[in-house]
Amino acid sequence: MKHTDTTSINLLILNPADNVAILKRAVKEGSSNMIQDEQFIFSKSLDMGHKIAIRPIKIGETILKYGASIGFAAQNIATGEHVHIHNLTSRYTIVENMEATQK
Amino acid sequence: MNNIATEVISAWPRSDGRKGIRNTVLVAYLVECAHHVARQIVRPFEGDDVHVIGFPGCFPNDYAQKMMENLCTHPNVGAVLLVSLGCENFRKKQLQALIETTGRPVELLTIQKSGGTNTSVESGRQWVQNALLSLSELPKVKMHPSELVIGTICGGSDATSGITGNPAAGLAFDKLIEIGATCIFEETGELIGCEHVMAERAITPELANNIVKTVQKAETYYAAMGYGSFSQGNAEGGLSTIEEKSLGAYAKSGSSQISGIIKPCIQPPKGGLYLLDVVPDGAPKFGFPNINDNAEIIELISCGAHAVIFVTGRGSVVGSAISPVLKICANANTYKNMPDDMDVNAGRILSENTPLDEVGNEIYDKIINLCQGQRTASEKLGHQEFVLTYKTLDPIGPNCLA
Repeated sequence: MKHTDTTSINLLILNPADNVAILKRAVKEGSSNMIQDEQFIFSKSLDMGHKIAIRPIKIGETILKYGASIGFAAQNIATGEHVHIHNLTSRYTIVENMEATQK
Repeated sequence: MNNIATEVISAWPRSDGRKGIRNTVLVAYLVECAHHVARQIVRPFEGDDVHVIGFPGCFPNDYAQKMMENLCTHPNVGAVLLVSLGCENFRKKQLQALIETTGRPVELLTIQKSGGTNTSVESGRQWVQNALLSLSELPKVKMHPSELVIGTICGGSDATSGITGNPAAGLAFDKLIEIGATCIFEETGELIGCEHVMAERAITPELANNIVKTVQKAETYYAAMGYGSFSQGNAEGGLSTIEEKSLGAYAKSGSSQISGIIKPCIQPPKGGLYLLDVVPDGAPKFGFPNINDNAEIIELISCGAHAVIFVTGRGSVVGSAISPVLKICANANTYKNMPDDMDVNAGRILSENTPLDEVGNEIYDKIINLCQGQRTASEKLGHQEFVLTYKTLDPIGPNCLA
């Protein structure tokens, strides 16, 4: 599993094939971040370890982390958008009772 | 690539051809009733490689018997003192005879025949003292890093484990496998959801099928324990799906091909990457597959692991009897809070933007260093945890090993 840094020091891309990156540190709502040479403003505060789309992802498209599928997009996801249980669905088993943790 | 490993390890040769990176005297109790005597025997030897292991149960169990046999003849073990109460059901003569055939000094001390606690402790200490003297005279031989067997485990995980510590440990595994060493990863219960990704790395299609079946077995077993794999805490840490969580645990296996599936007490036949299936076979009988991290660590050691890489985010402090445990701290804050317990700060991948490769190389180098005699953090602190419980295991199925 290869790891490459993006131009942004806040993001960690675990595999070149990935369409999501991981936040290396918590970010505040309204703060900005460079993603693929474009500036994006975070629409909400997020903790370290959460995922951000690093390119547009279409509904039904596989979401890749570690170069492997972690599920599919439940809706269209724009670059810079938070990717989590509200827009990412497991292909494995339905994760129940997780709505409470959606931020 | 085999010529890249030029490091020389000097090790103790054993009669089965394997080599040990430690030369430990084991004091092994054969039922909980003999545990205190065993603990008292080792007290004066703090700082020496004299470790207590044992099986607490009075009823016999084939798995526990085999575990004790494999552990007492592990390459890191030089001599064994067996401590029996006298009336337990452990097959102690079988164990003693097996150790004898390997040429290791072995003694069976039976408390009921030795005058009770005080006199047993006294004669046990005398025996250990003599064993240490005779072991110190054993000649050492050269060992190539390709002869190493290294295990990996993660415990006390947090959101950082899967993005720093585990991928870095995976790179160290890739490097070890490249030079011909044997690496073992485990806990199929934490790999639910990534079995198909894992199966793609199997060296044969039959092995790929077995990998999927092994994970399905774990899923069924854990479900019977009433134990889910994906928790609310995982979602709060940023993990969205079970496959994402499992890939984080899986990352510590690196990216090499998977050469086979083994079970506790089975030595991998040659170098490469192996999946250790620790889940009991058949209907659940004795409870959880492994009650804690040390139960897993000792199963890796039963397969011949000379050392174990342990990735922790929240901060586990454990080591193990028999084989050194190298602690990789995935979280920089945890590392700052408890630096004496950690060998590698993988958290700096996040906090200082350290490249993953750099941490992977550091783990590899520290594995070689510990094999050359350097003490790990948990060894220096005297951690020698040991847990062994009951389990039911079938032999490994066909096509699990090439």
